[in-house]
Amino acid sequence: MTGRLFLHELRAQQRLFWRTWEATFFTFLLPIIFLAIFGAIYGDADIDGTRGSTFLLGGMIGFGIAASAFGGLAITVVLRRESGLLKRIRGTPLPPWIHLGAMIGSVLIVTAISVAVQLVLAHLAFDADLPGSPWSFAIELLVGTAAFAALGLAITGFVRSAEGSSAIVNAIYLPMTFISGAWFSTEAMPTFLQAIAEILPLTHLLRLLRGSIVSGETVVDHPTNLIALAAWGVIGLVLALRAFRWEPRAT
Amino acid sequence: MRAIEVRGLHKSYGSRKVLHGLDLKIESGEIFALLGPNGAGKTTTIEILEGYRDRDSGEVQVLGEDPATAGSELRARIGIVLQSSAVYPQLSVVEILKLFAGYYTSPRDIEQVLALVGLSDRRNARVRTLSGGQKRRIDLGLALVGNPELIFMDEPTTGFDPEARHQAWDTIRGLRDLGATILLTTHYLEEAHQLSDRLAILHEGVIAAMGTPEGLLAASGAVKITYQRDGELVVMRTDEPTRVLHELTTQALADGVELEGLEVRRPSLEELFLDVVGADE
Ligand SMILES: Nc1ncnc2c1ncn2[C@@H]1O[C@H](COP(=O)(O)OP(=O)(O)OP(=O)(O)O)[C@@H](O)[C@H]1O
Ligand SMILES: [Mg+2]
Repeated sequence: MTGRLFLHELRAQQRLFWRTWEATFFTFLLPIIFLAIFGAIYGDADIDGTRGSTFLLGGMIGFGIAASAFGGLAITVVLRRESGLLKRIRGTPLPPWIHLGAMIGSVLIVTAISVAVQLVLAHLAFDADLPGSPWSFAIELLVGTAAFAALGLAITGFVRSAEGSSAIVNAIYLPMTFISGAWFSTEAMPTFLQAIAEILPLTHLLRLLRGSIVSGETVVDHPTNLIALAAWGVIGLVLALRAFRWEPRAT
Repeated sequence: MRAIEVRGLHKSYGSRKVLHGLDLKIESGEIFALLGPNGAGKTTTIEILEGYRDRDSGEVQVLGEDPATAGSELRARIGIVLQSSAVYPQLSVVEILKLFAGYYTSPRDIEQVLALVGLSDRRNARVRTLSGGQKRRIDLGLALVGNPELIFMDEPTTGFDPEARHQAWDTIRGLRDLGATILLTTHYLEEAHQLSDRLAILHEGVIAAMGTPEGLLAASGAVKITYQRDGELVVMRTDEPTRVLHELTTQALADGVELEGLEVRRPSLEELFLDVVGADE
C-alpha cells in the first residue's frame, strides 16, 4: 500500500516537474547550457592541473544538484505551502512524508537524467574524463542530493512568503556555487573566502565528484568530505524537523 | 452514532478568545449549517474538527475519534473544502481528481465526481485556465472523491453564480441522500434556509441559536406588518397578527384611507440572524 502510494505520488511529481517551465529551465536545462557554453570557452584550458572540461563537468553537476535539490525544492515547497496546497494534502489520507519523499525522489530522477546528459555531452563534445567508479559516483550523487534536499526543506521554515522565496533561496545558493569553485579555480580567491569555502557543503560535494571524475578515486579516498556533507544533511534534517510548516503563515 | 459531538470547546489566539464553551451535536445524515458574522470563529471550529488546529480545552468527537490525535484512517472517512486553498495549476481537472482519488482506498468514480460538480465538459482543461467559480468546484470535487462519510465545507459556494449555486445545493442534497453528513458554513442566509436540515448561529464564542430553519423562525414569533402612511413607512412587529391587522384595517376603513403597500410576513432568516448577532452591540 505504502509502496503503491509512493509510486502514485512520484509519478505525479514527475509530471508536475516537467510541466513547470521555471523548474525545468533553472534546475535541469541551465547546468547543461552552462556546460556547453563554458566547455566551449575553457574546455581545453588547464584548471588546477586538470583539463578545463573535466573540471567544469564536476562543477556543473554540483551546481545542478544545488539548484534542484536545494533551490528548486525549497521554492516549490514554499509556493505550495503559501497557496494552501500542502494544507489540503494534509487533509487527505496521504501521509505527508510520502508527498515530501516523492518530491525528493523526483529530484533524484531529474538529477540522474541531467547528470547522464552532462556526462555524454562533456565527454563527446569536450573530451572530458568520466568517473572511474560508477558506484562511488552514484553514492556521491545520492548523498549530495539528500543533504541539499534536507537543507532545502530546512530553509523553507525561514522563508515567510511566496513572493520572497526565489530571491532568498537564490541569494543563498548562487554565491555558494562561486565560492565553492563550481565555475572556476578558487586558488586566487581571498583567504577569508577560502576559509568559508572549507565549510560549505558544495565544496565537499565538488571534491568528491572531482575526485571521481579527475582521478578515478572513490568515496573511500575522501572520508572527511563525505562526513562533512552528511553532517550538513543531518543539520538540515534537524532544522527541517523544527522549522518546517505545512500551512501558510496567515491562516 | 453521532457524526460530530463537541462539548465545552474553548479556543484563544493569544489573548483573543474566540470560542468559549461551544457545544454542538451533529447527527449522521444531516446537512448542518454553521452561521455567524465575520470573525465569529466558524473556520476555527471547523478546522479544529478537521484536525488542523489545536483546541485549548473541551471534548471533540468526529466519527467517534478525537481529530487532534486521529491519523489517516479518520482522514480517509472525511472530505474537506477549505475556506481557501489551491491545487496544482499545471494539472487538468481529470488529472487532479485521479491524483487525489489515488490517496483513498475506495474512491468515488471520477466520471461521477465530474458530473456531480458540473465539470464534465471542462475535464481536460488545465486548472490555471479555469474561472474562480470553476476552481471552487474542483475544491468540492476533491472533497467528494474519497467517498467520505462526513464532509466539511467552509463557505463552499462563495464565488458561484446563481445557477452554479443551485446546482451545488442539489449536489449537496444528493450527497446527504446517499448517506453523507455535511457540515457547512455560509454567509448566504437564503442558502442556509434552503439547504440545511438544522442550523446554528455562532456568536461571541458560543451557539446563540440552533434548530431547524422553520423551527427557529416559528420560535422567533413576531410577524412583521409594514405599510405606508402619509408617505412614511410604518413597521410593526407583533405576536398577534390577526388582531393587530384587524384593528389596523378597521381604523383605515373608518378613516377612508388606503394602506399603501400593506404587507404581512414572517421575518426572513436574515432578519433573525441580524437580531441574534446584533443583540448586544
Ligand atoms: N491563526 C490565527 N491566529 C490568530 N488569530 C486568528 C487565527 N485564525 C483566526 N483568528 C482570529 O479568530 C477569530 C475567528 O476567526 P475565524 O477565521 O474562525 O472566523 P470565521 O467565523 O471563519 O470568519 P469568516 O466568516 O470571515 O470566515 C478572528 O477574530 C480571527 O482574527
Ligand atoms: Mg471562515
